[in-house]
Formats: sequence, C-alpha cells, structure tokens
Amino acid sequence: MEIFGIPTQALFGQLLIGLINGAFYAMLSLGLAVIFGLLNVINFTHGAQYMMGAFCAWFLLEKWGVGYWWSLLLAPLAIGLTGVVIERTMLSRLYKLDHLYGLLLTFGLALIFQGVFTNYYGSSGQPYRLPEEFAGAFNLGFMYLPKYRAWVIVASVLVCLSTWFVIERTKLGSYLRAATENPALVQAFGINVPRMITLTYGFGVALAALAGVMAAPIYQVAPQMGANIIIVVFAVVVIGGMGSILGAILTGFGLGVVEGLTKVFYPEASNTVIFVVMVIVLLIKPAGLFGKEK
Amino acid sequence: MNAFKRTAIALGVATALSLGTAHAQVSDNLIKIGVLTDMSSLYTDLAGAGSVVAAKLAVEDSGIEKRGYKVEVISADHQNKADVGSSVARQWYDVDKVDVIVDTPNSGVALAVSQITRDKGKAFLASGPGSSDLTGAKCSPNTVHWAYDTWMLANGTGTAITKGGGDSWFFISADYAFGAALERDTAAAVIKNGGKVIGGVKAPLNTQDFSSFLLQAQASKAKIIGLANAGGDTTNSIKQAAEFGIVKGGQKLAGLLVFLTDIHALGLQTAQGLTFTETFYWDQNDASRAFAKRFSALDKGIYPTMVHAGVYASVLHYLKAVEALKSDDGTKVVAKMKEMSTDDPLFGKGTIRVDGRKIHPAYLVQVKTPAESKAPWDYYKIVATIPADQAFRPLADGGCSLVK
Repeated sequence: MEIFGIPTQALFGQLLIGLINGAFYAMLSLGLAVIFGLLNVINFTHGAQYMMGAFCAWFLLEKWGVGYWWSLLLAPLAIGLTGVVIERTMLSRLYKLDHLYGLLLTFGLALIFQGVFTNYYGSSGQPYRLPEEFAGAFNLGFMYLPKYRAWVIVASVLVCLSTWFVIERTKLGSYLRAATENPALVQAFGINVPRMITLTYGFGVALAALAGVMAAPIYQVAPQMGANIIIVVFAVVVIGGMGSILGAILTGFGLGVVEGLTKVFYPEASNTVIFVVMVIVLLIKPAGLFGKEK
Repeated sequence: MNAFKRTAIALGVATALSLGTAHAQVSDNLIKIGVLTDMSSLYTDLAGAGSVVAAKLAVEDSGIEKRGYKVEVISADHQNKADVGSSVARQWYDVDKVDVIVDTPNSGVALAVSQITRDKGKAFLASGPGSSDLTGAKCSPNTVHWAYDTWMLANGTGTAITKGGGDSWFFISADYAFGAALERDTAAAVIKNGGKVIGGVKAPLNTQDFSSFLLQAQASKAKIIGLANAGGDTTNSIKQAAEFGIVKGGQKLAGLLVFLTDIHALGLQTAQGLTFTETFYWDQNDASRAFAKRFSALDKGIYPTMVHAGVYASVLHYLKAVEALKSDDGTKVVAKMKEMSTDDPLFGKGTIRVDGRKIHPAYLVQVKTPAESKAPWDYYKIVATIPADQAFRPLADGGCSLVK
C-alpha cells in the first residue's frame, strides 16, 4: 500500500523519526517556556546551555569515567548551578527593564560560551560513546529502531509530563504561577519570591542540559550544536504560545513530525517548514496555539 | 546576526573611505601574508588557527628572512560569509598593504576573494575551498588553487568505488552550490564507469538529524550511499548511519569530502572502513611526519589536514617566486609561480597549470579499524594512488578563459 507514492511502511518509519526529533524540541522548548512563563526572560543562552550539558557529560566520561546514567543527574545539576549564578549576578538586575535587555544579555552570553568552547575544543566536536545497554536496535518490521532512540522518546515524555504536572497541578506550581501574576502579593504571604525565581531559572537551564546529555550519544558533542537547534526551538515556543507549558510540549512533538514528513516529501524545505507554520499560526492566532491573549 | 551585518557594513564604509590612498607597491621589502580563514565555525579545525601555523612554518622554512626580506603573517575570520570575507580582503589590500591572501575555506568566500584579488592585482593562494570553478569558469590569473577540488574528489572516490563493485548509488547532498557540484561530478564519474545513480535527497545545510534521509537511502537498496556534504553534516550522517545499522545491513558509505579532523572527531569505532580521497596524509614519509610533529605542537595537538599542508606548500612556493622575481607584484608572482615547477616536503614535485590548478597525486584512503591503529592520529591506509596527470580535471574541460 502506498500514500502519495511512499510505501506506508516507510511512512511509519518517518513518523517515528519525526517523533524522536520532536522529543528534543519538546524538552528544549519546555525549558524555554518555563523560563519565559515565570521570569518573562527570553533565554537565548538556552542553546549554549544544551551544548554545555552535552560537554559536561563528555567531561564526566572522558576525564573521570563517570557513565551516562550519573551524567543524566550530574550534568543538569552542574549546568543548572551555573544558571543560578547567571540569574543571581546578571539577569536579576534586568527584570525591571524591557524584555529586550534580557534577550541581549542572554544572546551575548551564548556567543561567549560558544566561542570559549570552540577555542578550547575545536569545531568538529567530540564523540560520546553510546552506553552499552543501548547498543543494538529493535526490528519493528517497517524499520530498524535503535534502542537509544526509543529511550529518548520515553524519557522525554516522562520529563515533559512531570514538569507539566508540577507546574500546573501542585501547590509549588501554583505558588510559581501566582508569583508571576503578582509577585508583591505572593511575597506578602511569606514566600521568598526572588529565590523561587532563581531556582526556576536554574531548573529551566537544567532541562536544557538534560536534553544535551541525551543528545550527546546521537550527535557530535560540538560547540555549535546548540546554535543549530535553538532557532527552531524558539519557533516551537512561539507556535505553542509563549510561556505555555503544554503548548511547548505538544508543539515540540507535533512539529518534529511535520518536519519529519517534509524530509520525505520535499527535503529541501525541511528546515524552513517550521517557520512557515510559525508565520501561518501567528497570522491566525497571534498568541500561539495554546497561548492566552492578553 | 545583525551585529555581524553592522560590523560588515562599518568595515565596508571604512574601506570605501580609504580607497584611493593605496597603490600597488613594488617590493617594499615587507611581504605581508594574510591568512583569511574560518576561526569560529565548522571549518576551524581543518583550517583555522592551524592555517596560520602552517603559513608561519613555511616562512620559517623558506629561510627568506635570513636573506634580508621581512615577512609578516596576519589573520582574520571570514565567518563563512562572503560579504565579511570581501570587506576583510579589501581592507587588507587597500589599507594594510597585504600582498597575498591564503587558505580561505568555503567556496563562496573564496570565489569573492578571487575576484577582488584579480581587480587589485594581488595574489590568492586557495587551499581551503573546494569549488573547481576557481580554476574553471571563474579562473583568474591571480589565483592558485592548491590542495584539492570537487572534481578531483568526485573523480577519485567515484571511480574507485564504482570500479570496486559499488555500482549503484544514492546521494545525500548538502543543498547548496558545493553539494550540487560534488554530486554532479561524482554522478558523472559513476556513470562513466558503468554504475548507476538510483536516487538522491538534498538535505539543508547544518541539518542535525540525518536519520530520515538515511532511512530513504536504506529503502533505495543502493549499494553505496554517497555523502556530498562537508564538516558537521558529514560527521553527523556517518555517525547516524552507524546507529541505524546501515553499514551492518550491507550498504557502504562514501564520504566525498572528509578531512583527517573529521575522522578524529568521529573516532575509529564509527569511522572505520570509510573510503575517500585526500591529497596529503601526514604519515607518508619522514618529511611529512616531521612536519606533522612540529605542526601539532603548535596547533592544540591537531595533526595537519590537506588544507594545512596546502597552506604550507603554497606559501613556500610563493616566497620562492617572490625571491626569484625580487618583487611582490601579485600578477607577476603568480605568473612566476606557474613558470617554476614546485618542490616541497609535503606534496613533492609538481606543477601549477595555466588555469591556476596545482597538480599533484591524490590518494584513495581507507580508515583503519581501532585494532589497526597503532598511535594517536594513525587513521588511514592508503589503498591507491591516483597519478598527478589523472587526479585533476583535464585542462581543456574546465572552461577557463586563460586556457588557449
């Protein structure tokens, strides 16, 4: 059986691949959405932090022999901590100013981080060994699915759902959301709002680093890896609705699939298709698919 | 990226203002070499700071400074943008009195610099870029193209693999001029040798995930998957092909432009068995090994690629021509370079054709298995040598206006 000249089986394979790439978009845009939703900061350093997460995992493995599983925990912690430092020393001074200042600061930081890593580690990147447990693949009949890719999709769904749950369904999440609406009032209830904001930024950054660790075995651990993906991720956030957690997750997966299908039917457009979708969505629904009009 | 544009415009304005103050100088006893390269992006390892090192080593080895000439090597980052590269080139020629520009990976930038060099009557020694147009339709009396080009890569790898039984091809090509040229030239070599091309896909530049294209290649059942791309695109596609079991499934990858630094980045576990064409390998003879040792000590432990070797050899030959001519007039020096036969420790004896193409042998190499590799950077087995007279496009086929 064929659909538009492509065998159905091949199409299933491509859909699955799209979903896997969508998993990365979802995890990265989730961090961005959390940061924007709660801090109103457009975090352009996100791509660099994703790259630093991957590098951190590489360091842990090459220098200290710390394996993949510990890296999944340690790298986000370490990079999240650098995020906390950035928020405390720099970002927190800009909250009273226009969004643009936060954007410029984070963009500048991203360029500095990438430059420093390129200077020390070169541009062609470092290989990260696939953990032994994930060697091999499942033969699904219609395609050959590497075990690691299957894990990426499962892990990403878990991370996304639990983040969404914490923010939308728990007491902690309700404090966070209240603090964005009216920080003065929440502070009056005895909650330390600045600390909460710092930790939120740290958490968003840790999510980027986690995605970086997960990407390390698939892609080269290279200084430019974040720069290549971050623009797409921003488009995902805009399409999903700035600051909408659920929007970021669903659009991340959805656009991964759209991109995957474009790679089959018209590959030349595969890195533009997301922006075409963005233009259409913005024309019809300026706040994004899941965003609230203000 | 606006910041870059602003800088570029500012540079352009500065250059425009300074026009008219500079005139081509007869040898003022200062030979100024400008290394225009990629210092911050994907070609940094295969060219970048290493190209500056190579140029400096060439100056040192030429011994020209002991004979009373002063030589200065400067460098700049072209950021892989033709506009940035052009404004640096103009600034260098007009204001900073640079006599010769070398390296310049990225064909787009190189074609622009070649034109400017011609207009200003200076010299351009291109060893970084691939496009065979530099010595074809867009050839210039002021440009020498040293290390490699797309025709040579396509012909070397395409012919060898097709003759070796890999007679059905599927291409994954970078969707811009370079990828298209490489695919076109390789397909021609494949067909000429009795093979056939059964499909292909054009992937946008800097694609992260190639799995979708690889699945299409897998479904095509072609024996050979030709990768007409470069840098990060090549390493990512090779890595992911291993992940998806493409090579285990019996299909073979042909990297059409792969550098030593790419193999280092991939690791032998992933890269083993890959076959492609190079014009220089550091472990060929005592001279190349000695050069590699000196070089790597100065470039973060990186061993020289064919681009680095090209920078070294071209600067060496350039300085010989300047000394023979006792002038650094670009047009005359390049003419002299073509007249003199070349001889250097890295490429051996060779010639430069009237179209600017440097002629030397090419090598078909295969990446060693981890067990075969005895030392760091011990990566290649040389499986065949393509003689100098067959390695490059025949003079008559290039369409260069300098060829009569």
